[in-house]
Amino acid sequence: MPIKIDLAGLRKSFSTDKGTLAVVDDVSFQVGDGEFIAIVGPSGCGKSTLMRMIAGFIPPDSGRVLIDGAVRTQPGPQGILISQHGSVFPWLTVQENLMFGLNTVESTSEKIAIANHYANIVGLKGFEGAYPHELSGGMLKRVEIARALAVKPAILYMDEPFSALDALMSLRMRNELLKILGQERHTVLLITHDVEEAIHLADRVMVLSPRPTRIQATFDVKMPHPRKLTSPEVQQLRQAILKELGVEAED
Amino acid sequence: MSRLRQFLPGIAIIVLLIAAWWLIVTTTRSVIFPTPWRVVTGTVELIRDGTLWMHIGASLGRVGAGFFLALAVALPLGLWMGWQRGAYDTLNPLFQILRPISPIAWIPIAILWFGVGNASPIYLIFISSVFPMVVQTVAGVHTIEKRYLRAAENFGVSRYKLFTQVVIPAVLPQIIVGMRIGLGVAWLVVVAAEMIALRSGLGYLIIDSRNAGNRYDLVIAGMIIIGLIGLLLDGLMRLLEGLKMVRWRYAH
Ligand SMILES: Nc1ncnc2c1ncn2[C@@H]1O[C@H](COP(=O)(O)OP(=O)(O)OP(=O)(O)O)[C@@H](O)[C@H]1O
Ligand SMILES: [Mg+2]
Repeated sequence: MPIKIDLAGLRKSFSTDKGTLAVVDDVSFQVGDGEFIAIVGPSGCGKSTLMRMIAGFIPPDSGRVLIDGAVRTQPGPQGILISQHGSVFPWLTVQENLMFGLNTVESTSEKIAIANHYANIVGLKGFEGAYPHELSGGMLKRVEIARALAVKPAILYMDEPFSALDALMSLRMRNELLKILGQERHTVLLITHDVEEAIHLADRVMVLSPRPTRIQATFDVKMPHPRKLTSPEVQQLRQAILKELGVEAED
Repeated sequence: MSRLRQFLPGIAIIVLLIAAWWLIVTTTRSVIFPTPWRVVTGTVELIRDGTLWMHIGASLGRVGAGFFLALAVALPLGLWMGWQRGAYDTLNPLFQILRPISPIAWIPIAILWFGVGNASPIYLIFISSVFPMVVQTVAGVHTIEKRYLRAAENFGVSRYKLFTQVVIPAVLPQIIVGMRIGLGVAWLVVVAAEMIALRSGLGYLIIDSRNAGNRYDLVIAGMIIIGLIGLLLDGLMRLLEGLKMVRWRYAH
């Protein structure tokens, strides 16, 4: 499997009123082409910061990010970031948002067809003409996901994409994502606070330490898809990861 | 029914004021200050001989010309200053000094430069409405949330698309606020400008009515018409706030 993302010695600190805040402390790992990595870690540890560095939005203080062997300096359509805070354009309709990234598609009718296809995938059929302020928080998140998928990026950076969704919709979106990945083979980096979600989706789960963050533990998830979340294997892995996070098992 | 209830106090206070005015004028037997009825008959007189429409048309024409000229300058300038740090740093200090100068203070210079024709008031309206519109547009660009610009950058769109689909729509609500302010000031200024040198317009009507025989009924009629038209113009601008493209700003 060729290496898609190659990180070495990434560090980042921010200067604040109270002095420098070390956020990311020497993170190195590699991600294979088509691999799905889930990142879990305590709130505020630096997960989003790490992801924004990898996607090219902020430069690391030291270390380097290689994508396909070349140094990543800027964000681009090859790697789309689904932001934790949401960035669906409120002045465009759902359809216009989904068409926004389709720069390489020539004809408008083709763009509309692609937009409608992805609206359908995320369960927003019938809302193509709606404006974001007419949607619920969960629907908005789905627009965000669909907009990213529509451009078929080589890498998907997903920062807690399903956390605004209810349990049922979250499960449905996970299954849709797995279905799409079966066809499109994106490389995925997913930040989540839901350990079960990480195990459900990822080939590898990385546990980050509290700030300044570094990789504390890595778990390979070897089970084939579709995974049965109630299986003892999954539960065992879940307990092990929770233990790394300092959460005592509840049973 | 609830709408009627909402407007009732506002209408009541106006009716009360007119009643008090009527009462005071009749009890003091003022020879120069007109009763409300005389204002009404004066207005009818102006409508009958057609001069009212002529004055309204003249004022609106000047406001329209000056305002749209200002809009055509303010939009590109505001977007440019908002987007390019250098343009902002260069032009903003100058604008900050020019902005607080009352348009009325420009009247002598306007007459010197443009004479006593239509160009003078149009220039004054331009000067008075261009600054608020520039300022609002710049502020609009500066307050675009970074997450939207980041998303646009991520999708790698062209500069043209960045402006037409992200920057301009994001700033549009602020531009509309600027247009409301701009048109409001423009209407204030046109009346003042017409009082000085012109021979038409609502400002001229007021001054001329006083000078030609103390026709205070026509003075007050002119004032009320100015107020009503100003209200109407603001109402038109507010219609823009209902556009689908900007409604996101007023939702929630
Ligand atoms: N631009 C910035 N300037 C200053 N401090 C920042 C900046 N960005 C992030 N931080 C700080 O860095 C730390 C890590 O932030 P980050 O958003 O990466 O955390 P996170 O792991 O994604 O948390 P969460 O799980 O709550 O989303 C926080 O303490 C935050 O205040
Ligand atoms: Mg985060």
